[in-house]
Amino acid sequence: MDAFKNRLARSGLGSILILAVLLLVVFPLAMDAFRLNLVGKYLTYGFVAIGLVMLWGYGGVLSLGQGVFFGLGGYAMAMFLKLEASDPESTKIQSTPGIPDFMDWNQITELPWWWEPFNSLPFALFAVIAAPTLLAFIISYAMFKRRVGGVYFAIITQAVALIMTVLIIGQQGYTGGVNGMTDLKTLLGWDIRTDEAKFILYFVNAGLLIAAILLCRWIQLSKLGTLLLAMRDKEDRVRFSGYDVSMFKVFAFCLAAALSAIGGAMFTLQVGFMSPSFVGIVPSIEMVIFAAVGGRMSLVGAVYGALLVNFGRTYFSESFPELWLFLMSALFIGVVMAFPNGLAGLYESHVKPRLTRRPKEVAATTPGGPPPARPGIARAGSEPAHAPAAVNLRGKVGGQTA
Amino acid sequence: MSNTDFVLAIEDLTVSFDGFKAIDSLNLYVDRGELRVVIGPNGAGKTTLLDLICGKTKASAGSIKFKNMEMTRLSEHMIVRSGIGRKFQTPSIYENLSVFKNLEVSFPRGRGVLGALAFKCDAEVSAKVNEIAETIGLLERLELEAGLLSHGQKQWLEIGMLLMQDPELLMLDEPIAGMSARERELTADLLNRICQNRSVIVIEHDMEFVSRIAHKVTVMHQGKILAEGSMDKVQSDPRVIDVYLGH
Repeated sequence: MDAFKNRLARSGLGSILILAVLLLVVFPLAMDAFRLNLVGKYLTYGFVAIGLVMLWGYGGVLSLGQGVFFGLGGYAMAMFLKLEASDPESTKIQSTPGIPDFMDWNQITELPWWWEPFNSLPFALFAVIAAPTLLAFIISYAMFKRRVGGVYFAIITQAVALIMTVLIIGQQGYTGGVNGMTDLKTLLGWDIRTDEAKFILYFVNAGLLIAAILLCRWIQLSKLGTLLLAMRDKEDRVRFSGYDVSMFKVFAFCLAAALSAIGGAMFTLQVGFMSPSFVGIVPSIEMVIFAAVGGRMSLVGAVYGALLVNFGRTYFSESFPELWLFLMSALFIGVVMAFPNGLAGLYESHVKPRLTRRPKEVAATTPGGPPPARPGIARAGSEPAHAPAAVNLRGKVGGQTA
Repeated sequence: MSNTDFVLAIEDLTVSFDGFKAIDSLNLYVDRGELRVVIGPNGAGKTTLLDLICGKTKASAGSIKFKNMEMTRLSEHMIVRSGIGRKFQTPSIYENLSVFKNLEVSFPRGRGVLGALAFKCDAEVSAKVNEIAETIGLLERLELEAGLLSHGQKQWLEIGMLLMQDPELLMLDEPIAGMSARERELTADLLNRICQNRSVIVIEHDMEFVSRIAHKVTVMHQGKILAEGSMDKVQSDPRVIDVYLGH
């Protein structure tokens, strides 16, 4: 029994289970259709946030352009839905019936060739994942092979976000421009605008999110997860242990992109449109804030972060719309300054020690006897300022934060 | 040059940084099973030499042959995979991971992205971890977070991480810097044990320590080799006394 409990604690499945119950049982019972749909929308950002936990928290690579991948996933889904909504019958008042309305408004008379495949749902679903992952691969392979990292990489992701917005807005005949793709109606004839459809989509979304968390948790517990942590701290040591560090970063970036894209596709389905306002620099930075507030080392924490910040936004922007941006920035600065490991970090350091007497801690130190007899010497080699941080991270490495 | 029996053959190696030649047409040969110590004043190019061998710095000219394979054009991880291990001057270990994890991650399997996902810590891996932990005297500390080790233990752990990969050539940059007298003794023993079936290159300043471990000593000065040979021969060389040992 104890062994089982230990295993549960180490794998972090307990906290994932609690989140699953909250999302799949408590919220649906406690909320009306409108609020539940709102939560569903917030949870799509949860995909981006857990991607950032893997990329930024574990891999140490900050991306300020996750909106690009969220948007690409969302647009791929929206293209399919838009084509389905643009059958010749319902678009017969257009000068060219059978093509999306925004194309008609822009004097385009024929469906562009690269839109054609999006008539097929399997292709659209494939594109939701494949297109953003491919773009992520190209960007990250080019950058990481040349050892571009840190701030420089973050700036490049910002530039990509900007380019993508300009491209989408500029090519309005093909993308719907600044309005995005609106009036999405049915998925294979199933009306996605009804309360019942939204209820079902909420469960699909929440289920996918839990599955994604489990996948990421599995990766964290694998050797790859250990390597990501190791790389973040001592990149050269990993490289000179025979690992091609750049490929591991590429993997983390592609994983985060694919997860964001799933979020984007679910956003389109639940909200019924997709627009460039979810692609650019500002939404991309907001997505980082979700992960930072929740805790960038904790998958579950990141989801709570996405929920809380978005609830906050909805509440505040209803009451004091002009204050929201200031509050959001203050929140981000506050989090970074006061509790860099976010809500999950606060839970780890303040709440959890009170809940359990940490039997693991005792078990870990007894076989080796007391820690090194001369802590003064132990610290002498490393910078003393790092020592508390190292102790702080202990729980994370043990994997208790999931 | 044609093939040799040397495990490492460096010829005409040159690297210049903005015209300054940190290594200047250097030739160096290391035998199988040899423990070579490289000494020399600060700025002689000792660390740069190790950087060149392990690929951290790219050579401007010349060749580095390891087991008759050219290394100068390989990327760092490929050089490691062909059997060269490098220990850095300051202990470079994963402070947040346990000693066990530090060693486990260094095991040479599952080095690709997919391989790392599929990697399992099976009996072979834990046997190897235990064997190495015993060699470096950290068997009792396997579960401890590596950041809590003493400075000397961190140095040993990094050596252990290299030993996990069974390198044929091990390069250590000032392994006893900052160690106590007792730890130096233990390190000398450790080095004598691990060079049984591999070649080792050590950079060191402490002459007493050098005399305890060195099979052969190479003295570097201004990017060139000043003298080479047994400890006694080098110590009595007037040029070495001039630039390094002092009168």
